[in-house]
Amino acid sequence: MITASAIEEKLRGIVGSEHFRAATAGDAVSGMQPKFVAEPANEQELATLLSTANEAGIAVIPRGGGTKLGWGNPPKRADLVVSTARLKRVLEHAWADLTVSVEAGCPFETLQEKLAQHGQRLALDGLWPQRATIGGMLSTNDSGALRLRFGALRDLIIGVTLALPDGTLASSGGKVVKNVAGYDLPKLATGAFGTLGIITRAIFRLHPLPHSARTLSFSVASVSDAERHVLAIQDSKLAHTGLQVRGDSAGQILTDIWFEATEAGLAAQESQLRTLVGEVRWQQSEKGVWGGREGLWLLPTENAVIAKLSVLPSAIAKALGLLEEIAKPRDVHFQYVIQAPGLGALRLEGEMSSLKAVVERVRSELESGGASLVVLHRPVALESLEVWGAAGDALALMRSVKQQFDPKGTLNPGRFVGGI
Amino acid sequence: MRTILLGAGTMDARLLDKFRAIVGERGLISSDEGLHTYECDGLTNFRVMPLAVLLPSDTEQVQAIVRICHRERIPFVARGSGTGLSGGALPVRNGIVISLARMNRILEVDLPNARVVVEPGVINLNVTGRVQPQEYFYAPDPSSQSVCSIGGNVAENSGGAHCLKYGFTTTHVLGLEVVMPDGSLIHLGGKTLDTPGYDLAGVFVGSEGTLGIATKVILRIVKRPECIRTLLAAFPSTNEAGAAVSDIIAAGMLPAAIEMMDNLAIQAAEAAVQANYPDCGGLLLVELDGPVAEVQFLMEHVGDLCRKNGAWEIRVAQTDSERALVWKGRKAAFAAMGRISPNYIVQDGVIPRTALPQVMSEIARMSQETGLRVANVFHAGDGNLHPLVLYDRQIPGQEQAAESLSYRILELCIAAGGSITGEHGVGEEKKMMMSKMFSEPDLDTMQRVRCAFDPLQLSNPTKVFPRPRLCGEKPGEYLPHPLESAGIAERF
Repeated sequence: MITASAIEEKLRGIVGSEHFRAATAGDAVSGMQPKFVAEPANEQELATLLSTANEAGIAVIPRGGGTKLGWGNPPKRADLVVSTARLKRVLEHAWADLTVSVEAGCPFETLQEKLAQHGQRLALDGLWPQRATIGGMLSTNDSGALRLRFGALRDLIIGVTLALPDGTLASSGGKVVKNVAGYDLPKLATGAFGTLGIITRAIFRLHPLPHSARTLSFSVASVSDAERHVLAIQDSKLAHTGLQVRGDSAGQILTDIWFEATEAGLAAQESQLRTLVGEVRWQQSEKGVWGGREGLWLLPTENAVIAKLSVLPSAIAKALGLLEEIAKPRDVHFQYVIQAPGLGALRLEGEMSSLKAVVERVRSELESGGASLVVLHRPVALESLEVWGAAGDALALMRSVKQQFDPKGTLNPGRFVGGI
Repeated sequence: MRTILLGAGTMDARLLDKFRAIVGERGLISSDEGLHTYECDGLTNFRVMPLAVLLPSDTEQVQAIVRICHRERIPFVARGSGTGLSGGALPVRNGIVISLARMNRILEVDLPNARVVVEPGVINLNVTGRVQPQEYFYAPDPSSQSVCSIGGNVAENSGGAHCLKYGFTTTHVLGLEVVMPDGSLIHLGGKTLDTPGYDLAGVFVGSEGTLGIATKVILRIVKRPECIRTLLAAFPSTNEAGAAVSDIIAAGMLPAAIEMMDNLAIQAAEAAVQANYPDCGGLLLVELDGPVAEVQFLMEHVGDLCRKNGAWEIRVAQTDSERALVWKGRKAAFAAMGRISPNYIVQDGVIPRTALPQVMSEIARMSQETGLRVANVFHAGDGNLHPLVLYDRQIPGQEQAAESLSYRILELCIAAGGSITGEHGVGEEKKMMMSKMFSEPDLDTMQRVRCAFDPLQLSNPTKVFPRPRLCGEKPGEYLPHPLESAGIAERF
């Protein structure tokens, strides 16, 4: 039996005193107070920390920029925060091969600035790019409007290195875009909320920065009009980069479309779009409208629920109609941004009991049609609100996967689907 | 490649009756003549006779078969059209083959959401055929697309010429119904995006039949672009053609496809299908698609970049029939080798595109050294090489020499930072190469996934990994067997 202080000394010894400290209130995760914070210098140190914690039976919370640390269930246990703050190098930008290898703690914007030097980008627009790290974005599978054209992180990641609770450092995928050797663990790690291993580095395929870009917006009278335009644009030969519908419970509804092309191409696309959508009210627009998802988080969040919903493009109007029907009588106000199209960010405000009722009713209706609603933020008073919703009939298999990677439940215990 | 032909064991008559009761007389093949059809896939040098072949016609039948396999510990191999080139559908000894060929219905076409739900036996090209009138297509286009099945594409994560822009099978599979190796039925992913939980659909695609059997597949389809133009450029050698590719990429373009062929491959394609290719050292085929104004502008730029790098002839196919002819030679390239060589090995390696000149000159050197001709066909945009090693089985020793050369080319790919397979899979053929590309802990970690899906290792066992991981065993330090230490035995 080793004592708590012996474990602490051991952990401290791995990273050195200057990179190990007692956790403060600011390190709490959804109300759970961890004991220590460690910042390993490299992936070997990180793996050693993890295996030491695993052997000692203490729970580990992986942390990148900490921007989305409140997502998921509150951890069942939280002892050691393992921060990737010092793993922030861009290891190799093979620009002629359109790939980049980067450490997990690198902030997204830092990476983009580096890639832009060669006219390239990681074609993704996640939340809070200044602070959000590659590892955190991967783990939470965050994506924005660019997903429509370039796919999600699962489609952009081509290689990953994971530190497992037993100290194994395992790589899969590789440096080339086309590669089918072995299982696709980059996809397994993407969206796994750090419950299988800690991502220490990732390799991505890149895309060239566009010649020029243009955003056009128009307002519509109803959600069914919005959906009709979305479906018509999707069914057209326009080569748009992004398409979103945003609106609120006051009934304001806007549709935005994003083109990236050469100047000649942009002009042609714009005129085709105008012909396609016909008589609508065009609005002044600019690139900033694509950050609308972040806007939902800017206002105070004490009385708000923020959720991600996923519906089929042809079910957008139905989902929004349903939301209105359930929220209005309960005096719950809402705002939404639907991208990709069919992936929505939703903000709800109102009385606690009403909020809970609205989320649960909307979710149950959505789930019965094969759609989903995941709560990303809920007020402290709504702790009993289920975060993930139904996981389907693959939950037992997901538990087996967790068991194989993290049999002692060391990593982010309880945070994922079904309490994994 | 040594031909491995294992004799069939015999299956207990009682078990055979049980299988017959599930699939009916017409759904069971157990005669020697019948079984011979299934003893190999597109990689014909490896052959194993299965105990029986079953052809279920629905999901319930697949479940019933797999439940028996699970209870009786009978290994099974799922098979689509059998066009795979790495032995993924090679039967395993004392096992059965489950052919999904009869499960070939397109179950749902949902155009507003651009989704199609199919059974695994549906032929790849038939998906496009079904949605073509509405100007949609299914993007992954392996050269065998007129015969290969969606189930096989899912197993192998098949690519094709257009995955440079459109991605692979995994990009286009949103959900799966899977019969697990214990016979239970689960659903991974779905018609909507980001279903809560691990991305197990993403893990299943490309797992080469080792995690279970897909019985329904939800596919994403794509709207046909406004215009498609294909440019053909003749260069003195593959080096100049490769330099043009680099310039096209550096100019910020993402063509739908960039294909390259060397002189030997051109000769073979000409002999086979008379594609009317120019006789040159390096042929480049660049396809751009999208809005007309955009494509016209960029195509001129591509032409300039080709000329700058020494292209002496450039043609742009404008019509569908012109395009079809340009592609015909490329798509027929593998089979065309039969015109210039009695036998050949198709290899499938990937390199970072920038390593192309160095790897090409090394392949040429090795070809000279061994006296074996190597024809080269590439998906140049993403660095996927298909060297074709030509040989004559009748000449003693030449088959082994060709096999050895093809593996040495893969080692070159690994050394250049690439992969041993871009789209054909590891299967039986390349499992020993996995240890050269991945470390022991890497492979061990992948096999944890296998243990979660298939702890008894019944679903296409012995494929992909050089050796199985005992599920439940604690990964620890590798201890050599005393015989190994004594130099008496080796692990393979």
